[in-house]
Amino acid sequence: MKYSFSFLVVIALALIAGVGSQIPGMGYFFGVVIPYLAFAVFLGGIIWRIMYWAKSPVPFSIQTTRGQAKSLDFIKHSRLGAPDTNAEVVGRMALEVLTFRPLFYNTKSELREGPKITYESSKWLWLFAIVFHYSFLVILLRHLRLFLDPVPFWVGWVEFWDGLLQVGAPTWYITDVTLLLAVALLFFRRLVNRHVRYLSLMNDYFPLILIFSIALTGILMRYMLRSDIVNIKELLIGLVTLHPVIHGHIGAIFYIHITFVSVLLVCFPFSKLMHMGGVFLSPTLNMRNNTRAVRHINPWNDPNIKPHSYAEYEDEFRESMIENGIAVEKGLPPKEEPAEAETGKKAEE
Amino acid sequence: MSLPKLEELSQSVWQGPSLSTGAIPTKEWMDTPVTFKPGGYAYPAKKEKLEYLNAQPGLSFPFARVWSPEEDDWLLPDNWKDIILKGIAERLDKFRSLKIFMDCCVRCGACADKCHFFLGTGDPRNMPVMRAELLRSVYRGEFTLAGKILGRLAGGRKMTVGVLKEWFMYAYQCTECRRCSIFCPYGIDTAEITIILRELLYSVGLGINWVIEPVSNSTRTGNHMGLQPLPFRDNVEFLAEDVESLTGIKQNVTFNRKGAEILFVTPSADVFAEPGIYTCMGYLLLFNALGLDYTWSTYASEGGNFGLFTNNEAMKALNGKMYAEAERLGVKYILGGECGHMWRVVHQYMDTMNGKTPANMEVPVSPITGTVFNNAASTKVVHITEFTADLIKHNKLKFDTSRNSHVRATWHDSCNPARAMGIIEEPRYVLDHVVDKWWEMPENTIREQTFCCGSGTGLNTDEIMELRMRSGLPRANAVKHVVEKHDVNTLACICAIDRATLTSLMNYWNPGVTVCGLTELVANALVQKGENRADMPEGLRTML
Repeated sequence: MKYSFSFLVVIALALIAGVGSQIPGMGYFFGVVIPYLAFAVFLGGIIWRIMYWAKSPVPFSIQTTRGQAKSLDFIKHSRLGAPDTNAEVVGRMALEVLTFRPLFYNTKSELREGPKITYESSKWLWLFAIVFHYSFLVILLRHLRLFLDPVPFWVGWVEFWDGLLQVGAPTWYITDVTLLLAVALLFFRRLVNRHVRYLSLMNDYFPLILIFSIALTGILMRYMLRSDIVNIKELLIGLVTLHPVIHGHIGAIFYIHITFVSVLLVCFPFSKLMHMGGVFLSPTLNMRNNTRAVRHINPWNDPNIKPHSYAEYEDEFRESMIENGIAVEKGLPPKEEPAEAETGKKAEE
Repeated sequence: MSLPKLEELSQSVWQGPSLSTGAIPTKEWMDTPVTFKPGGYAYPAKKEKLEYLNAQPGLSFPFARVWSPEEDDWLLPDNWKDIILKGIAERLDKFRSLKIFMDCCVRCGACADKCHFFLGTGDPRNMPVMRAELLRSVYRGEFTLAGKILGRLAGGRKMTVGVLKEWFMYAYQCTECRRCSIFCPYGIDTAEITIILRELLYSVGLGINWVIEPVSNSTRTGNHMGLQPLPFRDNVEFLAEDVESLTGIKQNVTFNRKGAEILFVTPSADVFAEPGIYTCMGYLLLFNALGLDYTWSTYASEGGNFGLFTNNEAMKALNGKMYAEAERLGVKYILGGECGHMWRVVHQYMDTMNGKTPANMEVPVSPITGTVFNNAASTKVVHITEFTADLIKHNKLKFDTSRNSHVRATWHDSCNPARAMGIIEEPRYVLDHVVDKWWEMPENTIREQTFCCGSGTGLNTDEIMELRMRSGLPRANAVKHVVEKHDVNTLACICAIDRATLTSLMNYWNPGVTVCGLTELVANALVQKGENRADMPEGLRTML
């Protein structure tokens, strides 16, 4: 139900964009108005979300340590496990963000007869995730060709390496295939892995189906239903330079593609896709583990919260403390020896 | 609550229908209300304890009442929903972590089978992602636009009494051990979620007594057990006498002594309960052998801080005693005993909450080796294991490891020192020097991947013993592995809660395995000048 609904939404979007864009005059709506609106929401949304996060302080330094802290000279410090300096934090973050380290160390546990619990390395999620993210990145970079004039020289390099296999005409890009594959695998993992299946929401299926559809329409456009690339590039450059024009015919497949992308952009700031920004702000990852060496400041620390004081404590237990020879600050209240007045609380005489 | 027989529970764990064993529940979790049965929950906080705490300046423990989780009506205040929603809003403003953790989870499921509670119970809501989802669904439904419009379709729901009951159940089936966080690509920390859930529950008067009574006792008498100055001192002195009769060396122990160089603070469990008392005898013997200029305090007589398991304010108030006492006594720094969550608080919260340190305190320097503990330069609290490792490195301690020949040890990394401090190698270094040989448990169960004892954060109470034996199973299982392979008979650790809870856990799953503190093993092996040792086949545990 969760994923079938997501499918329905994507099909509906395709129909709306595919049919709607072919109504005379509506090309401008789907090719210009929607992308602009979507981009505005995307940009505004991301800024709003980051500001929303940044508004809240990090009251405590709650780093998780995945290795030995810096301590005594002869104890080997795990600089990327328990970073002590900002440079080490950058190193740790780079590992977390660029290599998906926690997923690399993922294990699968099984309960067996006994009971006996076994653990084995499980790198599938890491593999699917890393292929997916890096394929997506390369495809994004390749798309710069459509938005920039002149095309930056390194975009050519990306294309060259991505098309290295030299299969098909036009040459198939490796990342087109790997992206589709990785998204499909991530999707099926959600259905097959019993834990993940039970906890998945529509919020999880929808982005996968949408991204798959984006990639699929892009591939169809490039390899099969060849759209008029000259007209498309003119429109896209126009969008970037704020002078959008549509000349000649552009096929429905392009409008479907760009509508999907627009929907993804709109969803981005308001969904789990914001993990892309959030990971950098996660206090368990981006704090130094030097909290005993350098004081971390909490802006809302309340100085009025004080411990139950020693004076109150001694007041309650003084008699027994004195009787048993435990050192005290004040003597007992004057009873037999009224001479001991210096202690300072004999007003009730 | 009778604990099932070992065979029954074993059978149930690996064959009973649960998500752990492959049975996928047919009903969605949002449609599955929680039910409380005897043995399934820890007893509610006592009314008078909450009232006492609520009367303390700066603390808030409102709506103290007599109630039972098994009743339908939890006697909530009329405006409970308002309080909870305001409470969430307030915490979103105060903790960036909460916002990030609410917004970023992609439900990849990497954390799902990392939780000892999930592995032992197979309850889907014990998957860490689900524990967070209990709160996240309310965050979506009540605080985000998409969730307000799409509701359940976007994973959102409204705050209801049913949700509150669910929170009460699962916030107390988490020990804030952070193992899941290590596997999360965004570092989402379920400990933060549980901390916040428990805070919210306390704001409407829902808590458990095993936490609240220690907090209340610590406030009044300085320690969890509510030991007043005299019994506290006497307990320590009894232990000192035991050390003396075993070693023939008079132990010099002082209390509340002004002008001492060091204030020693350890969990009070070490002072009064087996097997912690042997660790405590270890401290006494070690410090006496060094001639350390230190004092105990009867006022700051608790290293542990159950305030961490209630709310920020209580944690801060309890923790404040250490610096207050350090100032009153004029010590240079504090030496902290073996404890897990005590060190979470000392390492990550103390300086922030109660710093700067009093003017009389100085950057800690070992009086024996001259080593400057720069890693504690600001907080000025040194961990006993750092302190001991440094002594060993400088050849200040002479060991006879044959005195530990009765010990075939393995090492349990306690959650907080491992994942919230990074104390991983120091205890291993110490252990290497005090026993001939010891054995590591399997690599997925040690160091930063260590498994919790299953009963931390105030869950070491008898009425939920079956739950504890289930949640402790991953740890017990790893111990069993080395017991079978290497004939291990001792589980060593640096946590007072562990010493208590692992003992029950071992008695159940691995009878014959003894639990001890690291300093106990240090003291067992320590060779002292002028000693007149009795025959001690069981080290400090030898009965004369």
